[in-house]
Amino acid sequence: MSMSRKIVRAAVPALALLFLYVPILLLALYSFTDATQIGAIRSFTFKNYVTLFTTEELRNMIVGTILLALASALLATILGTLGAIGSFYSKKRTSSLIDTVNQIPVINADVVTGFSLCILLVVVFGVSKETYIPLLIGHVTLSAPFVYLSVIPKLKQMDSSLYEAALDLGATPGQALFRVVIPQVFSGMISGFSLAITLSLDDYFIATYTKPAMFDTISTYVVNATKGSQTSIKTALWALSTLIFLLVIVIVIVMNVSSGRTAKEERVK
Amino acid sequence: MRFSRKTLGIPYGVFLTLFVVAPLLVLFYYAFTNGQGQFTVKNLTDFFTDPNTMGTLVYSLAIALTTTALCLLIAYPVAYILATSRLKAKSVIIMIFVMPMWINFSLRITALKEILTAIEGNLAYYPFLNSVLGMTYDFLPFMILPIYNTIVKLDVSLNEAARDLGADGRRAFLRVTLPLSVPGIVSGISMVFLPAMTNYVVLDMLYNSTYIMGSLIGSYFSAYNWHGGSMIALVLLGFICLFTLLADGGEDENARTGGALL
Repeated sequence: MSMSRKIVRAAVPALALLFLYVPILLLALYSFTDATQIGAIRSFTFKNYVTLFTTEELRNMIVGTILLALASALLATILGTLGAIGSFYSKKRTSSLIDTVNQIPVINADVVTGFSLCILLVVVFGVSKETYIPLLIGHVTLSAPFVYLSVIPKLKQMDSSLYEAALDLGATPGQALFRVVIPQVFSGMISGFSLAITLSLDDYFIATYTKPAMFDTISTYVVNATKGSQTSIKTALWALSTLIFLLVIVIVIVMNVSSGRTAKEERVK
Repeated sequence: MRFSRKTLGIPYGVFLTLFVVAPLLVLFYYAFTNGQGQFTVKNLTDFFTDPNTMGTLVYSLAIALTTTALCLLIAYPVAYILATSRLKAKSVIIMIFVMPMWINFSLRITALKEILTAIEGNLAYYPFLNSVLGMTYDFLPFMILPIYNTIVKLDVSLNEAARDLGADGRRAFLRVTLPLSVPGIVSGISMVFLPAMTNYVVLDMLYNSTYIMGSLIGSYFSAYNWHGGSMIALVLLGFICLFTLLADGGEDENARTGGALL
């Protein structure tokens, strides 16, 4: 390979990485200063982190976002897994119908999903947004289809005679489900659950159309804060961005190390 | 406990009917009725005759097309170089490209906004450019990942065969690798184009006050105009269906040309 080709092959991905990471890293750097905009060189301080953890409004919004993500991901995992098992063992026509409807929220624009759910639940059925029910349903609708899509491949890989064998050996269908089927699809449930968490954490549109007036997720809060003029809140959000960035790095490293370990164990076997 | 496995699917079936199918039916009902509940096509004709909404449609398409093109222009070389590199750690490197996806998008756009403000002084000077940059920044990983996944699975011997049969590197790429990576490109485009037409928050956050299709729904929502909003949602659904059909067609066609190649 010629020298210039080598340089191009290294430079193109490097430039793309710079584009993706320079904003996040600069913001992280400035989150440790008392600057209110990027560019001015100021002195080092933890002020933004103190504001982030001591302002009640910010704390409530972070805790609320996490609780919503956990609750909706848990519901989505239960519904999506049961749906996948039911659909997989149904007649071809039923299962392809469920497959098709399941695709709708996946490809639909979130604005449309959120707006249509708001009309159905709030305008037609008169459910109050203050009950959190529309918001919770919205996030489950957003993520359950992805759980379904993560579990189906595991069912396809599973030896179909296992379940029958368990029944022949005297297990009830419930026992066969929990002792045989669920363990086989568990890795799919876990990846579906993690996907559901990230979808809920990242969502803006469904929350905007279905959330209670005084409740904010990180996304809706940040979007409103960029329109406001409170600089102490604005720079505290830089601290939040930095903490989330660090958390993502830690999770990715842990995932890589553990998947590397299982890959090694597989090889030893 | 006595039940057949099929019955386990019932709760999810009911859930999908209530919260996926029913909202779409309600959307149709509202789009074709007026405030008094009478059938009307006025919402539809209003949309296609009002120069404002048509302008919004054109602006959305311009933003979405430019964003998709820019994403593709950056993502394809990156995905190609990574997928064809002999590095052992390439799965780790692709992870680094995808990692920003897991940071909340509003915080990432905030970061970009601060940088752009520092560079441009005032965001109001380049609203179109800023919006395209914001969307590209937001959606780039969604374009890189599918293209990388497609190229990394390609059979290297196909390219080698083309070289053995006398094609030079450029020709082998254009006639073998590029056509075979079309399915990845198609799924990348479908993951970028539609969000770019609807994600109006990126524009809001970068102080671009021009509407795109998503903003119309937002403004009808704020005005409690469910009928007008439903019609916009329906038009967007039409685009989504069209796009999905086109994407499926592209992938099928490619499967065929892929077969012919073999």
